[in-house]
Amino acid sequence: MGLLSRKVTCNAHGQDSSYFLGWEEYEKNPYDDIKNPDGIIQMGLAENQLSFDLIEAWLAKNPEAANFEREGQSIFRELALFQDYHGLPSFKKAMADFMSENRGNRVSFDPKKLVLTAGATSANETLMFCLADPGDAFLLPTPYYPGFDRDLKWRTGAEIVPIQCTSANGFRITKSALEEAYEQAQKLNLKVKGVLITNPSNPLGTTTTRTELNHLLDFVSRKNIHLISDEIYSGTVFTSPGFISVMEVLKEKKLENTDVSKRVHIVYSLSKDLGLPGFRVGVIYSNDDIVVDAATKMSSFGLISSQTQYLLSALLSDKNFTKNYLRENQIRLKKRHMKLVSGLEAAGIECLKSNAGLFCWVDMRHLLSSNTFEAEIELWKKIVYEVKLNISPGSSCHCNEPGWFRVCFANMSEETLKVAMNRLKMFVDGPSSSTRSQSEHQRLKRLRKMKVSNWVFRLSFQDREPEER
Amino acid sequence: MKQLSTKVTGNGHGQDSSYFLGWEEYEKNPYDEIKNPNGMIQMGLAENQLCFDLIESWLARNPDAASLKRNGQSIFRELALFQDYHGMPEFKKAMAEFMEEIRGNRVTFDPKKIVLAAGSTSANETLMFCLAEPGDAFLLPTPYYPGFDRDLKWRTGAEIVPIHCSSSNGFQITEAALQQAYQQAHKLDLKVKGVLVTNPSNPLGTALTRRELNLLVDFITSKNIHLISDEIYSGTMFGFEQFISVMDVLKDKKLENTEVSKRVHVVYSLSKDLGLPGFRVGAIYSNDEMIVSAATKMSSFGLVSSQTQYLLSALLSDKKFTSQYLEENQKRLKSRQKRLVSGLESAGITCLRSNAGLFCWVDMRHLLDTNTFEAELDLWKKIVYNVKLNISPGSSCHCTEPGWFRVCFANMSEGTLDLALKRLKTFVESTDCGRMISRSSHERLKSLRKKTVSNWVFRVSWSDRVPDER
Repeated sequence: MGLLSRKVTCNAHGQDSSYFLGWEEYEKNPYDDIKNPDGIIQMGLAENQLSFDLIEAWLAKNPEAANFEREGQSIFRELALFQDYHGLPSFKKAMADFMSENRGNRVSFDPKKLVLTAGATSANETLMFCLADPGDAFLLPTPYYPGFDRDLKWRTGAEIVPIQCTSANGFRITKSALEEAYEQAQKLNLKVKGVLITNPSNPLGTTTTRTELNHLLDFVSRKNIHLISDEIYSGTVFTSPGFISVMEVLKEKKLENTDVSKRVHIVYSLSKDLGLPGFRVGVIYSNDDIVVDAATKMSSFGLISSQTQYLLSALLSDKNFTKNYLRENQIRLKKRHMKLVSGLEAAGIECLKSNAGLFCWVDMRHLLSSNTFEAEIELWKKIVYEVKLNISPGSSCHCNEPGWFRVCFANMSEETLKVAMNRLKMFVDGPSSSTRSQSEHQRLKRLRKMKVSNWVFRLSFQDREPEER
Repeated sequence: MKQLSTKVTGNGHGQDSSYFLGWEEYEKNPYDEIKNPNGMIQMGLAENQLCFDLIESWLARNPDAASLKRNGQSIFRELALFQDYHGMPEFKKAMAEFMEEIRGNRVTFDPKKIVLAAGSTSANETLMFCLAEPGDAFLLPTPYYPGFDRDLKWRTGAEIVPIHCSSSNGFQITEAALQQAYQQAHKLDLKVKGVLVTNPSNPLGTALTRRELNLLVDFITSKNIHLISDEIYSGTMFGFEQFISVMDVLKDKKLENTEVSKRVHVVYSLSKDLGLPGFRVGAIYSNDEMIVSAATKMSSFGLVSSQTQYLLSALLSDKKFTSQYLEENQKRLKSRQKRLVSGLESAGITCLRSNAGLFCWVDMRHLLDTNTFEAELDLWKKIVYNVKLNISPGSSCHCTEPGWFRVCFANMSEGTLDLALKRLKTFVESTDCGRMISRSSHERLKSLRKKTVSNWVFRVSWSDRVPDER
């Protein structure tokens, strides 16, 4: 008799393991500007390290928040005991206000419709448990965050059917792509329960356009299905055209308080905007009371530490802080983004024009030896092993065109980014063996012999740091 | 087309809602010594409020831990970014050592075999996902923590089949009961994947005996199934006996590093011993590498906040603190339990002799009108509405005998406990004397009796109230 569940034993049959390899190589040889200047530079981790000083300054000015104190009194006991799955009211209010602020206060969020979860990872899985039965499908535009394969499908039994997007139109979601995906699901005998988008997009770094949002709302309206908008990167929009939330479009189309609005749900988190992935703060926002109620109970399986709720409730309730932070964060992201884009340009490499996120969607199709995913992986290996940059190949994001890579820019210092860009330029400029040492050449030969099956590992994400969005 | 999942729409059909009602009543009218001395006293919440002062003084002496500093230097950035599902190494080491200390250092725990989770609620569900397919069953001795119905079954699709325990032998697990439960599962066409025990027990407040543990290990060996031992109350053992963990028994039977040992898993949490349910700290310990690996990945859905991992890693690494805390905690729990027991005795009420936990398993069978669960609920309503004490009826814990109640003693001040006992004594004496309850309460009772169970239907076995009330 099978002693362990299939969820445990049914491990990856030849699943993409580029993350595994890239991560492993990075761990073996991590770049350090002093101790290991030839090491691998991590550009595969979508972290926001640009604005910590702002939070640190706030913490220094407001020591109470971390010390379990309120107005000079200790509230340690109160926090130690607080495990109400409805969440700390002051924190939910602060989150609702912050989310409003992120949307220019064009829409408002009711704290009572917020459900707190341990990160967006937990929020997305919980929403799946609420909206889909095993075997039901959600449609996702490609390319998408690789973690969704685990988060949406693993324990829920739900399926993902891709909405194919291509570079022909900047990877925008089209009506026909939506219809095609829906039909594909029908062919596979899967009941479609909804669409899930990430807006702004990971890995594209672009905000969803009003046209796309209108298409999506019409689509879910007609098909009588749900729309989940993961807006985890909403606070990272650094330039025009600006962020448009699906909530705004609902308001514009006068669909608030209609049946459709009950099928639109938002996911949010503080992991990207505030750079706090370690604190595990995620949120589900829904206009459907039943979903809010069920998700609230399910949040028992991933509540946010009261210690953390209290700290962040104080931080986010400080409107001076939030206003300054959002503005400054955007300025720094914009600047850093420009540095990456111009660095790539100097190497003759373009990216998808982007206005958000912590990464660029980089076009390296011209560097492929052939227009195939094998060639993409080859190129990727060169970049990891020779150029010593860990970047994410598009195939791991289910992109249907080879040659695209996600390159992060906000998880390192400016100097390190410069080093990375120099290395890339040298790689692109110097195709001959003048830049490659004999040993690296041998190593490449050996790697080419390695078969994909050598990299098989348990899940789409191996034994490495999670939440690498 | 059905728009929401069956998990959401297939809600509690006439599930027990005594918690709901009791909690609701408490929320409407909570006792406060000064502001509301006639309010309801909460005795249904298994919280440990007895030793916060020890933690508070440690915090005052060690300000770095909470202010995100190490040796005076800010480590905010490091913590803000730390989301490794392997957990903070120092924290896992401190947890492993703390678990060893609780077991008198008789067994060792390898930090590499620990998986952190957001509370034992998350740990238990995760273990189910790892060990059971939808439709598989786990056997649980009754009475058991009501939350298990949600935690083990709701999203996993697993089933629970009860191992019936009775007062005839102090609710101990017998071989016959184990076999009966196993056969019952077969009758129901359910594949049994394992047994789950809570040791010390909630709601009994008793630690499993060596005999029971041996029985369990033999049973899972012969059936080739798993054993999960939820040892969340292991640090609340205050009796003369030592706490015996299933890990002790494996060692004593020389079963370490055998196939069986790979099927024994321990769940732990800091919610009861340290009184920190708000911090969401749970752990799975398993000797099976595949389980550790899978559970580690699943912990992505419920990681412990790095801010909290850091604070508690500092706290638990302080061995002076942990040894003093465990000793003092036991003393205070023992003293408080004694107070409850003698208070009940003076009201002519006995409890199951207990040596652990934050509650007593109270025998009120003699106060029932009839030996039925309807009578138990009747009595419970009287206690909630007339005596104004929120206690937990045994039926909500799946007890097979009417008349037992779980009464908590560590979530209130001594004065409040005394008042609660006084009220109870008054109530019992008035019942004994056959005195009529006041007219208004009487009317109220009549209208309550008319309410059918379905009026209380709520979504899941735990309704809209504070969760994790173990």
